[in-house]
Amino acid sequence: MTVASGNRPTRTSRRTFLKASALAGGGLLLGLRLPGGGRYAEAAGTVPAADGEFAPNAWIRIDADDRVTVLVDRSEMGQGVMTALPMLVAEELEADWERVATEFAPADSAYTNSLLGRQATGGSTAIRNAWKPLREAGAAAREMLVAAAAERWGVKAADCEAANQVVRHPASGRSATYGELAAAAAEREVPEAVFLKQPKDFRLLGTPRDRLDAPAKVDGSARFGMDVQLDGLLTAQVVRCPVLGGQLRSFDASEAERVPGVKKVAAIDSGVAVIAEGFWPAQKGREALRVEWDYGDNAGLTSAAIEDRFRKLADGGDAASARDEGDAAAALEKAATTVEAEYEVPFLAHACMEPMNCTARIADGRCDVWAPTQDQTSTQKVAARISGLPTDKVHVHTTFLGGGFGRRSHTDFVADAVACAKAAGAPVKVMWTREDTTRHDRYRPATYNRLHAGIDGDGRVSAWRHRIVGPSIMAQNGMIGPDQKIDHSSVEGAANIPYGLPNIGVDYVMANTPVPLWWWRSVGSSQNGFIREAFFDEVAAAAGEDPYQLRRRLLAKGDRHRGVLERAAKEAGWGGSLPEGRARGIAVVHSFGSYCAEVAEVSVSKGREVRVHRVDVAIDCGAVVNPEIVTEQMESAVVYGLSAAMGEAVTVDRGQVEQGNFDAYQILRIDQMPEVHVHIIDSSEDAGGVGEPGTPPIAPAVANAIRAATGEPVRRLPLTRAGFRPA
Amino acid sequence: MTAVSLTVNGETYKADVASDTPLLWVLRDNFGLTGTKYGCGIAQCGACTVHLDGQPVRSCTTPVTQADGREVATVEGLASGEDLHPLQAAWIAENVPQCGFCQSGQLMSAAALLARNPRPSDGDIDAALSGNLCRCGTYQRIRRAVRRAAEDLQEKG
Repeated sequence: MTVASGNRPTRTSRRTFLKASALAGGGLLLGLRLPGGGRYAEAAGTVPAADGEFAPNAWIRIDADDRVTVLVDRSEMGQGVMTALPMLVAEELEADWERVATEFAPADSAYTNSLLGRQATGGSTAIRNAWKPLREAGAAAREMLVAAAAERWGVKAADCEAANQVVRHPASGRSATYGELAAAAAEREVPEAVFLKQPKDFRLLGTPRDRLDAPAKVDGSARFGMDVQLDGLLTAQVVRCPVLGGQLRSFDASEAERVPGVKKVAAIDSGVAVIAEGFWPAQKGREALRVEWDYGDNAGLTSAAIEDRFRKLADGGDAASARDEGDAAAALEKAATTVEAEYEVPFLAHACMEPMNCTARIADGRCDVWAPTQDQTSTQKVAARISGLPTDKVHVHTTFLGGGFGRRSHTDFVADAVACAKAAGAPVKVMWTREDTTRHDRYRPATYNRLHAGIDGDGRVSAWRHRIVGPSIMAQNGMIGPDQKIDHSSVEGAANIPYGLPNIGVDYVMANTPVPLWWWRSVGSSQNGFIREAFFDEVAAAAGEDPYQLRRRLLAKGDRHRGVLERAAKEAGWGGSLPEGRARGIAVVHSFGSYCAEVAEVSVSKGREVRVHRVDVAIDCGAVVNPEIVTEQMESAVVYGLSAAMGEAVTVDRGQVEQGNFDAYQILRIDQMPEVHVHIIDSSEDAGGVGEPGTPPIAPAVANAIRAATGEPVRRLPLTRAGFRPA
Repeated sequence: MTAVSLTVNGETYKADVASDTPLLWVLRDNFGLTGTKYGCGIAQCGACTVHLDGQPVRSCTTPVTQADGREVATVEGLASGEDLHPLQAAWIAENVPQCGFCQSGQLMSAAALLARNPRPSDGDIDAALSGNLCRCGTYQRIRRAVRRAAEDLQEKG
């Protein structure tokens, strides 16, 4: 692991700790400078310390009853941060893991994610960002507690030891609990340096630990966004223009207002809000509402037209190079054999199980927002803008998220809630229906791809060319300027093809459309991983090579791609016999700091029904915090990617998203679930992400298995568009 | 508006609601029992599964009037006091929940399965739970947890 150098514990320099200041209630506040531009961890006022409580920094509170509470500053959406982040703190704090309590942190600059530049959860960054700072926070608190004990006993701190929330002085046999030391520790100076443990001394990190959130999630007590209850709380539904980009012309609320329980009907930015005493009255009011829309320019938009345009732009469009090595065009001309294919992938919805929702209350000069959000910073900003209050008067209460997958880093549902609360003059929970959630999602981009490969006279792959045509998430959302031709999220997974090929050309034709776009689990790698790895198998077949062996040969020894590839192949029994009618496919993709290879075992019936029986996942995510959660995330990522590959697609007709509910947007069911076996590579590299890297390899592994079984390449997803059916 | 009286987890609850109000919204909005989730509103996802006189139903499409005077059981009533239902214990032991949103419905469907079939095969489990969607992909752990709970129940006799 990276924290150790030689045999000495890592010493964090004085520059890391800059500032200590008194807190109301006699506590101490430790200023921690986060790497990468994070601000000082000044959480005074947002994390108040009670009398006798030790709150040394933004993440830790220890009270006189010896209760250690870790503030979790990332959103728990299933990926396990509520368990994994406290493990980082507890390891160095020497807290008793069985007694550690957790709380979701408020919105505060102390919690800025240095990899994202704001307090947000996404991009599989939670552990990568927290690996060092949270351990330092725990170590600093431990040193202050030890120093307080040493002073009390008149002994040297170096002669004391801390374990399980108790400081002991072995020579004299004295001991004190953290609770007993909290008040004294709070009076101490912040240490100028802290020592972090060596990995060999970890007792928590790297060990499988049960999820701390499981008990609340099996008895109905876990509070998700939609479960927020407040005195006088109203519920709103917002009717949106069915046509993408359309505008409200007028509405007639006279009948809606007569529905029992409807309190108010009001136009807000996103549409017309029906605000009522509960979901059902809001629903009935919505049905009684008459709205006229100005459908605008997109009223005739269809998926077929979008796809045609992408194809045309593959020839006539303005292509920007994402990678250019050697001379792919010349190598293709000289090639003995060329392989050429078109690949297409659809727009995809996130389909979080919890529909979008948010609750807001504006009263007494402050705005409280209860949100299942992945982005506290943006939530706070949006609520401030709409409520008209300064940012520091907006209090964000993060609930559990019923799925995120990127969707909940947008703030459209927050804007709705604050606008409704403002319009109603009362606290309002806005509830999107499932249909609203699907039809007004922000989608994974659809793309059209043209690929060429050359094989020379000696049977070697001599050229690789990949042109991507599709809309840009970053351009649409103003994250890159109009002059920028490359959106790195559009080409990730394609431009970083890892194989040792002499001539590689990857380029991108930005083809924007009115369909709203946003981050979807594993982003560009979700489609490019499929396209690249599926086409690779076509090339291997043309070269007469085994697709695993060819990949392996084109990856250098020591390359982590090769490590996971070999492990997945070995665990899956690559090359070994299979029951009649089954075939295997393999793929490997690096994304979000981790390397992942998957082997899928698939059968295809005479009726072209596809069943995935087994998946072996090999993951190299560097240092592991909790292998149980890594395993869960691989299982989850496989299902998310497999579900999309089997049957998910968002299509547009007459400017409207055609899919509304799970009958039309079908996600994987338990009776389609393969056995998933997860194999974690033992690694001391820097911690990588785990939420997303398991998703990209599954679609190509399945597609490659189908090709192996049938001889037919799968060049369009979902499988239903390639002439197959999910079993 | 219609007055309804339901027995939920052994307690009597009353509400005055529109007669077509789904049981789901009376549980959540009128009674504050938010463990039962809204996922789709058209009986496609199973997140709202509760028991009506012991039978699993989708509360999002069950008019509350159908439950009037009958016994409703929700996830909040699955444990017996402090004693977790074997399925809840198994769910924790297998680390089933991820986001957790669908799990109330999964548990209620699984509880109904074990009540009528204490030794379900994998096929039985899949058939009983195929209407309960999970977007986090916890299906494999759900299967394991149902098997574990079935074994626990048999050991307890």
